Amino acid sequence: MDGAPAAPETIEEAEQQIARAPLVLNRRNLSWLTERISGVVEQPAPRWWWVAFTITASAATFGLFCLGYQISTGVGTWGNNIPVGWAWDITNFVFWIGIGHAGTLISAILFLLRQKWRTSINRSAEAMTLFAVICAAIFPGVHVGRVWMAWYLAPIPTNWAIWPNFRSALMWDVFAVSTYFTVSVLFWYTGLVPDLATLRDRATTKIRKFLFGIFALGWRGANRHWRHYEMAYLLLAGLSTPLVLSVHSVVSFDFATSILPTWHSTIFPPYFVAGAIFGGFAMVLTLLLPCRAMFKLHDVITPQHIDKMAKIILLTGSFVGYAYMMEFFIAWYSGNSYERFAFWNRIFGPYWWYWWVGMLFCNVLSPQLFWFRWCRYNVYVVYFVCMCVNAGMWFERFIIIVGGLHRDFIPSSWGLFIPTWVDIWTYIGTLGIFTSLFLLFVRFLPMIAMSEVKTAVPEADVHLVTTPGGKERTR
Amino acid sequence: MMRTPAGHKVYAMAAEYPSAAALYEAAKRVRDAGFRRWDVFSPFPIHGMDDAMGLGKSWLSGWVLFGGVSGLLTAALVEFGPSWGLYRLDVHGKPWNFWTVPAFFPIMFELTVLFGAFASFFAWQGMNGLPRWYHPLFNWERFSRVTNDGFFLAIEARDPRFTENGVRELLEQTGGQHITIVHED
Repeated sequence: MDGAPAAPETIEEAEQQIARAPLVLNRRNLSWLTERISGVVEQPAPRWWWVAFTITASAATFGLFCLGYQISTGVGTWGNNIPVGWAWDITNFVFWIGIGHAGTLISAILFLLRQKWRTSINRSAEAMTLFAVICAAIFPGVHVGRVWMAWYLAPIPTNWAIWPNFRSALMWDVFAVSTYFTVSVLFWYTGLVPDLATLRDRATTKIRKFLFGIFALGWRGANRHWRHYEMAYLLLAGLSTPLVLSVHSVVSFDFATSILPTWHSTIFPPYFVAGAIFGGFAMVLTLLLPCRAMFKLHDVITPQHIDKMAKIILLTGSFVGYAYMMEFFIAWYSGNSYERFAFWNRIFGPYWWYWWVGMLFCNVLSPQLFWFRWCRYNVYVVYFVCMCVNAGMWFERFIIIVGGLHRDFIPSSWGLFIPTWVDIWTYIGTLGIFTSLFLLFVRFLPMIAMSEVKTAVPEADVHLVTTPGGKERTR
Repeated sequence: MMRTPAGHKVYAMAAEYPSAAALYEAAKRVRDAGFRRWDVFSPFPIHGMDDAMGLGKSWLSGWVLFGGVSGLLTAALVEFGPSWGLYRLDVHGKPWNFWTVPAFFPIMFELTVLFGAFASFFAWQGMNGLPRWYHPLFNWERFSRVTNDGFFLAIEARDPRFTENGVRELLEQTGGQHITIVHED
């Protein structure tokens, strides 16, 4: 029995051994949480915020210019050409929509699993979801070429007899993404209402009081309201859970229902969902770690939170690694020469380094650092891995899309994809739109769900009693 | 109709409690005293408070079921209706008879979720009587702490058991502080 913990001698000792680490450190109380979290919104913007926003908003503006140029001139401004008909546009679409998935996982799936640590990070992760889906929606919108015809996608009965083909995977995608965005907005706003009421009650200027008052809907924290509200929240979580799994499955159907080698694959839905959560968690940490440092939120977003997110990155990263392995195995095992060639080409073809650096190093190997506790508790290592994963997941989508297309069935139809400046700047532009929206969000709305994080402190427990020694324990 | 000496209509008598635990104990006492028109107010949902107040399960779920079913039927209608006669699309040689059903599942699922979510969103507001930007409790200065760290209990004057002295005594006995009359206008 060497190394096993000694049996507890007293009840206190036993309680200490099984006690969970607190989710809010330093015994911060309810009003501290309100002050600190509302303070981010109420105090003037720090200088770094203006510097960051100037950079991101400039990138966003130039990205919008590129979109305007592409729409007015044509899709020929991109490097897409036969055989590579889908390139950075759909890569960026899948990249952004995948990032959104972590937000919904945190807000819905972890809620159903009663993971209270989600309360510190769910608001900002949900906001990230919305902004990522906005960036994602740009690409399928503009890649159709004649954007003004996009209304053909809607089932509007007209005398032109335009009716969408509901059997098309692309049509499923339209419904999946628009439903996902709408439900995410409803879920996010529902969660925001009690916090908007907090900001309303703290407002010092008339305009703030008016605006927060309007959006808080007159919320007054009544228990008869909380009762319906909590049921609504639970059901929204229950609806969002299969929704989020379906969205990236449907995105993967865009590829899996085709007959192209490396695309025509039944492993795609789970493989895409795991990859989406993997990439999304990396982006959550990419955004949260600087915010935590800048706004001094270390007591709310604790090392424990980062540790748990790192573990999810390790888990989903290993799923992704397994899926990569399985793709190679099936390519060999199927005996199909096109399939075998496509995968051989993936690692030794013209885009070889995308695979070696992006997929192998960034996605499969770098998260393995999280097996070590020291790495999960070192924010610099965590940030390094997250940056690797952010890049790696973009490369993965590029390899799947362009890697699948550039070697057609007949060698005479082979080609390569070279991005143009419009391709590059449209992508950088969406990075700008995404970060600008996130910066605006942290300035104008509470980035941590106050009413939820308050349920994670000991005072929220109605069975809490203070013993004469000043110690607190639950009955 | 009760009025204050200054002639205001009385909405309720309210008290503040120092903690969630104190509010929880007080709610059980008020429930057992037989009051019907009363409520507690807190910055976060208090676990177990529904039982302490004698409230049952929220049937908001019924609205969500209704929303989900209507979404499913809507999707089925726009997909099957045209496909089975109104406007048969022959694309890729894919069938348009009954065996095409699985191709319709993704959108049936998405609309089920979409309509269910809308039902949930509007039901929690509708069932709570929100949005309502004015409420008598906002007249009470201390009440603004309800969204920060305040715990309140209010018994409305229109409750049949409401008497000024009786309610004041009950609130005092349960440990209520800053007991006050909340007026309506």
